[in-house]
Amino acid sequence: MNKPLRKVSIFCLVLVAALMLRANWVQVVKAADYADNPNNNRRVYESYSHPRGDFLVDGKPITGSEDSDSKKYEYVRTYLNGPMYAPVTGFKSQFYGSSFLESVDDSILTGDDDRLFVRRVIDTITGKDRRGGNVALTINGKAQEAAYNSLVSQNKTGAVAAIDPATGKILTLVSTPSFDPGKLSTNDKKVQDQAWKALEQDPAKPSENRAIRTTYAPGSTFKLITAAAALSSGQYANPDAPTNFQSPSRYPNSNKELIDQAGPGKCAGATLKVALEYSCNTVFAGIGTQLGDDAVKKQAEAFGFNDFGKYNYQSPTGVDTKNNMEIPTRVSASLFPSNKDGAATMRASIGQQDVQATPLQMASVVATIANNGKMMQPYLVDSLKSQNMDTIEQTSPKQISEAVSPTVAGQLQDMMQGVVTEGTCKTAQIPGVKVGGKTGTAQRGVNNKDNPYAWFVSYGEVDGKKVAVAVVIEDSNADRDDISGCGSAAPTAVAVMKAVLGK
Amino acid sequence: MGRNTTITPQSAPNRRNTELMMLGFAVLVPVLAYVNIGLAGDGRLPAGLATYGLGLGALAFVAHLVVRKFAPYADPLLLPLATFLNGMGLVLIYRIGLEPTRGRSKALQTAPTQLLWSALGIILFLAIVAFLRDHRILQRYTYTAMAVALVLLVSPIPFPAVNGAKIWISLGPLSFQPGEFTKIIVTVFFAGYLMVKRDALALASRKVVGLYLPRGRDMGPILVAWLLSLLILVAERDLGTSLLFFGVFVVMLYIATERTSWLLFGLGLSAAGAGLVGSIEPHVKSRVHAWLDPLYYYDVPIDKLTVTDSDQLAQALFGYGSGGLLGKGLNQGYPGEIGFAANSDFILTSVGEELGLAGMMAIFMVYGLLIERGLRTALAARDPFGKLLAAGLSVVMALQVFVVAGGVTGLIPLTGMTMPFLAQGGSSVLTNWALVAILIVISHTARRPAAPVEAGQIAAIQNSRGGRRRRNNSDVPNQQLDPADADELAPPTPVHGSPLGDLPDAPANAASGSPDGPNGAPAPPPAGADDATQITARPPAGFAEPAPPDAMTVPGGVPGVPAPPATPPRPAAPPEQSSGSQPGHPPIGDTTGPSGPRGHSQ
Repeated sequence: MNKPLRKVSIFCLVLVAALMLRANWVQVVKAADYADNPNNNRRVYESYSHPRGDFLVDGKPITGSEDSDSKKYEYVRTYLNGPMYAPVTGFKSQFYGSSFLESVDDSILTGDDDRLFVRRVIDTITGKDRRGGNVALTINGKAQEAAYNSLVSQNKTGAVAAIDPATGKILTLVSTPSFDPGKLSTNDKKVQDQAWKALEQDPAKPSENRAIRTTYAPGSTFKLITAAAALSSGQYANPDAPTNFQSPSRYPNSNKELIDQAGPGKCAGATLKVALEYSCNTVFAGIGTQLGDDAVKKQAEAFGFNDFGKYNYQSPTGVDTKNNMEIPTRVSASLFPSNKDGAATMRASIGQQDVQATPLQMASVVATIANNGKMMQPYLVDSLKSQNMDTIEQTSPKQISEAVSPTVAGQLQDMMQGVVTEGTCKTAQIPGVKVGGKTGTAQRGVNNKDNPYAWFVSYGEVDGKKVAVAVVIEDSNADRDDISGCGSAAPTAVAVMKAVLGK
Repeated sequence: MGRNTTITPQSAPNRRNTELMMLGFAVLVPVLAYVNIGLAGDGRLPAGLATYGLGLGALAFVAHLVVRKFAPYADPLLLPLATFLNGMGLVLIYRIGLEPTRGRSKALQTAPTQLLWSALGIILFLAIVAFLRDHRILQRYTYTAMAVALVLLVSPIPFPAVNGAKIWISLGPLSFQPGEFTKIIVTVFFAGYLMVKRDALALASRKVVGLYLPRGRDMGPILVAWLLSLLILVAERDLGTSLLFFGVFVVMLYIATERTSWLLFGLGLSAAGAGLVGSIEPHVKSRVHAWLDPLYYYDVPIDKLTVTDSDQLAQALFGYGSGGLLGKGLNQGYPGEIGFAANSDFILTSVGEELGLAGMMAIFMVYGLLIERGLRTALAARDPFGKLLAAGLSVVMALQVFVVAGGVTGLIPLTGMTMPFLAQGGSSVLTNWALVAILIVISHTARRPAAPVEAGQIAAIQNSRGGRRRRNNSDVPNQQLDPADADELAPPTPVHGSPLGDLPDAPANAASGSPDGPNGAPAPPPAGADDATQITARPPAGFAEPAPPDAMTVPGGVPGVPAPPATPPRPAAPPEQSSGSQPGHPPIGDTTGPSGPRGHSQ
C-alpha cells in the first residue's frame, strides 16, 4: 500500500502547493486590482485610519481631523468655516464620496501620494503616527470672508471670484447659499443621509458651486470683450472717437427695437468710452454686427471662452461643459456659440443670446485687462506641503495667452475707470484706489420675464498691487427694476477689493 | 538491506522533549499574536491575557503529559501543529469579534465559546489518547460506523437550512454539524471495509477500453458512496461535505487496491455528479457563478440580485488584495467586511488581510506539515487498517483544507466548510482534535519499538507479510527486498527500527495462529475471507500471464534492483505506471497475493 500512499502524499502536496500559488496570485499579482477596486471599502477605511491633511489659508488650517470612536472611520474631517470655504474645499464624506479639492488632492491629504513616500517611510521607522500632507491655498482669508459675509448679510444667491491679475492666484471663491461640508463628514450615517437629502432637495441649491460650475449670461459685462474686439480690430483705434450707431436700433428683419437704459441722449453716436461708461446696448450691438460674429467670437475665445480643452468634446445636443481649465478643481466652460443671424449676433455682442460665462471666467477677463492683456492661468492651490510642512510642489504662475495687446488693455482700463468715475457705478469708488469696473444686468426668460442676474466686474490697483473681481447675484427676491449690477453686486466687489488691497 | 536492526529498540528516543519544545512555540506564537491585537487596538495588553496564555499553555502541557504517558512514541509534531492552529484560531476569532459587522453586531463575538469548545476538544483528545490504546479496536466497529455515519449524514435533512445549507441539527439552544463527526466515522468504516474488500476490488476486474473496471457487484459500494454523496449534495446543499466524502473514499480505494482505474472512475463520477448538480441546484449554481466571476455581484442591478447571490467572495478577494505581501497587521484590517462568515468559513481571509501572504503561506505550511505527518504515520503504520485509517484521516484533512481554502481564495467554487482548527465551530474543533488523537495513537503504535511483550502481537499482525515474503523468497532465491517494502515495514526514522525485519520467530508465531494481540484485534469478517478464497480459486480473466505478485513489488523505476530471475516474463511497461492499463500486469500490490490472504484471515 505504500506506493499509492506515496502518490497520495504527492497529491496532497500538490493540493497545498496549489493553495500557496493561489495565495500568491491573489495577494501579489492581483493585489493592486483588488485593493483599488471601487467596491472595496477598505480603501475608504484606510484613508480614515490616520489624520487627514489640512487646507491652509494664509498659513493657517481651515480644516481639521478629529479622532472619533469609530473603528472604520477613525479620523473624521472637520471644517472651521465650512460654508464659507465649501466652494473651495468641497466635502469629504464617508458615504457620499468627496468633491472639489477634497477629491482632487485626496492623495496628498491622505498621505498616499508617491511624493510623500519618503516621509511616510521615515515616520514608520521613527514610529511617528502617520498623517496626510497639506494643501496651501491661494485664497486670501480676509477677502473670502468679506465676500461671503457681504452676500450672506444681504441674503443673496450669488457668487464671487477674485483673482490676482499678475499671477492668476484665485483670492476669493464664494458661492451662496452654501452648505456645511461638516455635516457630510460626521460618522452618524443618519445625520449624513438627512443632510444629503436636504442638500439635494433644497430649491436654493446650496451645493452648487456657482463661482466655477454655474454659467450665467454675462450681460453687459461682456461689452468689455466686444470693446476689446473693436479696439483690436483697428477700426476703432481711438476709444474717444464718436461712433455712428442709432439709439434705439432695430433688429434686422424685425419690428423689435433694441433700446438703451441710459437713453438716446447718451448713447446715440457715443464714443466707445462713453458707450462703456453708460453701457450702451446699441453701440456694442452695432460694433458686433460691423465686426462680424466671428471676430467677436475670436476675441471671446482669446479670453478663454469655448475652451473645451483636452476633452475636445461637444455633445450633439450642445456643448459639453468639460473644460481643461482646472484650478485644479474642474471649471465649467464658458460659451460663445456661433450665431445664426444678425439679431443673434447683436444680442450676443451685449452678452445675451447663448453667451454663458462663469463668474471665474469674467474675473479672469478683468484680470487679463488689468494685467495689460496677459492672461494668467487661474489657480487655487499655491503649494502642496508634506506632513511637516515642507513644500513638495509649488504652483508657479503661467501665462495662457495674450488676449489683447498692452495698448488695447490700457485703453480698456481707462474705459473701465470711466465707468466708476463717470458712468453707471460711481459707488464703486474706493479712496486711494484706482478702480475700474463694469456693471451688467443679464435679462432672462421669454420677453425678459424672469428676474435678471446682476453682475459687477472690476479691478482695483494700489501701488502696482492689483485685484480683479467678478460678482454675480441671482436676485429673485428683489424688484426687477431695482436690479442693476451697481446696486446689488458692486458693494460686494468693493468689499473684496478693499480686503485684498488693505484699504 | 539490513532491515534496520543495527539500532536496538531500547535506545530509541521517543521525541517527547522535541514535542514539548515545539509546543512551547505553538503556545507562544498565539499568545504574542493576542498581545499584538491588544497593542494594535487601544495600546494596552488585552484583558485576560494571563488567563488565555496560561489556559492554552496548561491545556497543551497536560496534553503533552498524557501523550508522554500513553503514546510516548507518537509523532512529535502532530500535537504542536494542532495546538498552534487551534491557538491561532482562537486569536483570530477573538480579533474578528472586535469588528463591527454589517448587521449582526454580536454574531462574531464567539471567542469565549470557542475557547470552551477548544478545551473540550483537547479533553476529548486526552480521552482518546488515554483510552484508545490500540487503533485496531476501531476495526471492530466497521459496520456500526457505517450505520452511525448514515444516520448522522441524513439527520440534518429534517432541520431548516442555515445560510442555504442543511448541515445543522438544532436541539434547542444547541446546534451542531453532524457532518463534522461523520468525517472520522466514515473514514473508520472505509478503512475497515476496504481492508477486507480490497482483494476483491483489486483483482476481480474486467478490462473495458484499456481500463480495468471492477465487477458489477464490487462496483456496488463505490456507486452507493457516490449516490450517497449526491444525496448529501442535493438534500443538504452541501457541496463541500459531498466532495470530501467521495474524495476520501476514492483515495482510500486507490490506496487499498493500488488500482489507478478506481481513481479515474471516481474522478469521472464526481465530475459528472458535480457538473449535474452544479447546473441544476441554484445554490451551487450561484457559487459556481461567483467562482467564475467573483465581482459579478457589483455588475448586477440590485433588484436583479437573488437570495443566493453574495459578494462574500469578492469581499474576501478585496481583503487579500488589501493585505498584500505582509498584511495590515493584526487588528488593523477590516475582516468585518466579509459579514457573518468572517470567523468560520472565511477565517482565512482575515489571515490574508492582516498577516498577508506571509501569514497565509505559514498557515498553509502548518497544514501541509500536519497532513504530511499524518501520511508519514500511514506509511509507518504496520497494519493495513492503521495505514488506511491514518491515510484516510490525513486525506480528510488535506481535502478539507483544500476545499475550504481553495473556496475562499477563489481557486475552486466556494463550499460551506470550516478550516480545521482555525475556524469557529464546536463540532469542527472537537472532530479535529479527535482526528489528531487517532493519528497520534496510530503513530505511537507504528513507531514504538517492540517491547518484549508486544513483539508477538505485532509479529502476529505482520507475519502474514513476513511469512509470505519469506515463502516467496524461498521461491525466488535471488529476490531482493523492495526498498519501499522495507520502508513500509520499518518506520521512516531509523532510530527506532522495526524489530520485525529478521524475526526468526515470525513463522512460528504465524503457525501458532494467534493473530489477536492483547488488545483483542478483531477477527476479520467472514465475507472478506470468502472473497479472498474465491478469487484464489478462480483468477479473473484479465490475467493472461499471471505473475507471482511479489515480483510486482519491485518498482521498475528503482535502479539497481534486479529483476527476479525465476519469475515469468515481466510486463513490457514498468509496473508503476498505471497498472490497470497494462495487459497481463497483475494489478496487485506488495501486500496481497492471489494465494496470500492477510494476517487476520490466517
